[in-house]
Amino acid sequence: MAIGRYGDFGGQYIPETLMNEIHKLEEAYEHYKNDPEFIAELDKLNREYAGRPSLLYYAEKMTRDLGGAKIYFKREDLNHTGSHKINNVLGQCLLAKKMGKKRIIAETGAGQHGVAAATAAALMGLECEIFMGKEDTVRQALNVYRMELLGAKVNPVTTGTMTLKDAVNEAMRDWTTRVDDTLYVLGSVMGPHPFPMIVRDFQSVISKEARAQILEKEGKLPTAVMACVGGGSNAMGMFYNFINDKDVRLIGCEAAGRGVNTGETAATIATGTLGVFHGMKSLFCQNEYGQIAPVYSISAGLDYPGIGPEHAYLHSIGRAEYVPITDDEAVNAFEYIARTEGIICAIESAHAVAHLMKIAPAMKKDDIIICCLSGRGDKDVAAIARYRGIDLHE
Amino acid sequence: MNNRISKAFENKKAFIGFLTAGDPTFDASYNNIMALINAGADLVEIGIPFSDPIAEGPVIQEADVRALKAGMTTDRAFELAAKVRSQTDIPLVFMTYLNPVFKYGYDRFFAKCAEIGIDGLICPDMPFEEKAEADSIAKAHGISIISMIAPTSEERIKAIAESAEGFLYIVSSLGVTGVRSEIKTDLASIMESVKKYAHVPAAIGFGISTPEQAKKMSALADGVIVGSALVRLVAQYGENAAAEIGKTAKGLADGAHSC
Repeated sequence: MAIGRYGDFGGQYIPETLMNEIHKLEEAYEHYKNDPEFIAELDKLNREYAGRPSLLYYAEKMTRDLGGAKIYFKREDLNHTGSHKINNVLGQCLLAKKMGKKRIIAETGAGQHGVAAATAAALMGLECEIFMGKEDTVRQALNVYRMELLGAKVNPVTTGTMTLKDAVNEAMRDWTTRVDDTLYVLGSVMGPHPFPMIVRDFQSVISKEARAQILEKEGKLPTAVMACVGGGSNAMGMFYNFINDKDVRLIGCEAAGRGVNTGETAATIATGTLGVFHGMKSLFCQNEYGQIAPVYSISAGLDYPGIGPEHAYLHSIGRAEYVPITDDEAVNAFEYIARTEGIICAIESAHAVAHLMKIAPAMKKDDIIICCLSGRGDKDVAAIARYRGIDLHE
Repeated sequence: MNNRISKAFENKKAFIGFLTAGDPTFDASYNNIMALINAGADLVEIGIPFSDPIAEGPVIQEADVRALKAGMTTDRAFELAAKVRSQTDIPLVFMTYLNPVFKYGYDRFFAKCAEIGIDGLICPDMPFEEKAEADSIAKAHGISIISMIAPTSEERIKAIAESAEGFLYIVSSLGVTGVRSEIKTDLASIMESVKKYAHVPAAIGFGISTPEQAKKMSALADGVIVGSALVRLVAQYGENAAAEIGKTAKGLADGAHSC
């Protein structure tokens, strides 16, 4: 496969202004990923700051209640800042420091990546600006204030659909104005090469740990691993070290919004077609003329019209399966796991839990599922209340 | 070698104007393009609007929104370009993002360009390394893919300039398109290395809005490209922008042609 390509997917479709910088990033990353000092520093940050390794938790009550496969959760929600996003930002901000950058910028949807980026920037003394769709700043007002507390400047994006894709547009535009002193800390396994690779590598700690943990606890590999997919970073992290374990099913759960046939959906694998956008060739929700479609999901973190190129590739070769999960199913799962296991997970993660609830009962008792709980759900409580018709103000 | 494009640069500095197809309507954008041509434009870039134009500043972003809202599509942009072509012999190039071209199908897109007399294509999100997949198809239809060189291109200039087709688009400044009061990039040294390697003319764009800037930039290169300074007149005058566009374009063309 060509560098930066996953089959036909991937590539570097970005303005010329950014090309030299992205090559510098590629070189820096290729150097530091093998640098013992960098590896040791990142490992220390992961252990002593982020709280790694994250727990692999056996959900005994859910296992009993669903009556099929044995269920484990990979508890990325227990990381510092409350999601898997910290894994990536610590790596990228450390890289930014090594590259001599003074400033980082980042896009955010639900605010989890923005909060994580602002956190890492505060820790490492980097200036930080976050781009967030105006619609999302309203849906996730608490996270906006959280980022500001951490010293970041939050720029509400008022163009287009005012959601995640527009935040990416604006971050890219900003990057072209300040390539010399700024690193764009992309939050998912998307965008131009080397971002899908860098983010995947930093997130692969999830499956590296989970694989060792399940072998220790069960003495065998799981039947399936699963995760929610927007751009796809926690899913790539959850899948990566299981890709060569051919018998382990890899399942990604996309946001179907109100349903894949309603036009109000963000399920890219289910409804998207091949295109070139945000620096990558991949699958996108778009119309017949290649105009990017407005997408919808209750989850601001999955509300993205594309998917990372490595996911598109895993889908194309049949190595991973992708399923659409509606708002309704996700909200039910959000409530179910709270009541059953005492875990309030992110509405994003609840998409994976919803599918788990569908497939676990039909599986055998000696089957094992590991589901990634990518984030915690405090940020979603008010939105879930509103979804249930309860007028709750934060 | 594309004859129409090279002719635009013959014996003079070229003034290149950009307008978005269908902004704010099909008919008004046709009138605006004709006003631009009648004012002395040597080459016109017709923008096919895109939902997410990441290289554009607010002025052209808003034009894309207006045009898409008014129903502009790739097929309608071809109709518009064909109508313009029936009235003029100056070179016409499309400027859009790669996805609309990719989705239309490279072969279908470039065949259609050839059929109606479009001479080239500018895609800001198709850098040198990703050009190959479209380039051979474009060439087969006689369409030039216009390459861009940015202030950050440095050692990339050689490869880009050597393989350039039609003309080279020299990006004057960091950042996105839009009017700038001052252009600080050391364009003279960039132009020096461009001239060393390029077999085609080079025009400077991004941030040029006044006749004085057009003159100054033309002195450095083979021509100038103006977009936002024209498009903002559409925002200001709506469907009746043609006269103002003609007036502004005349000043810019005179500025470019005066050196």
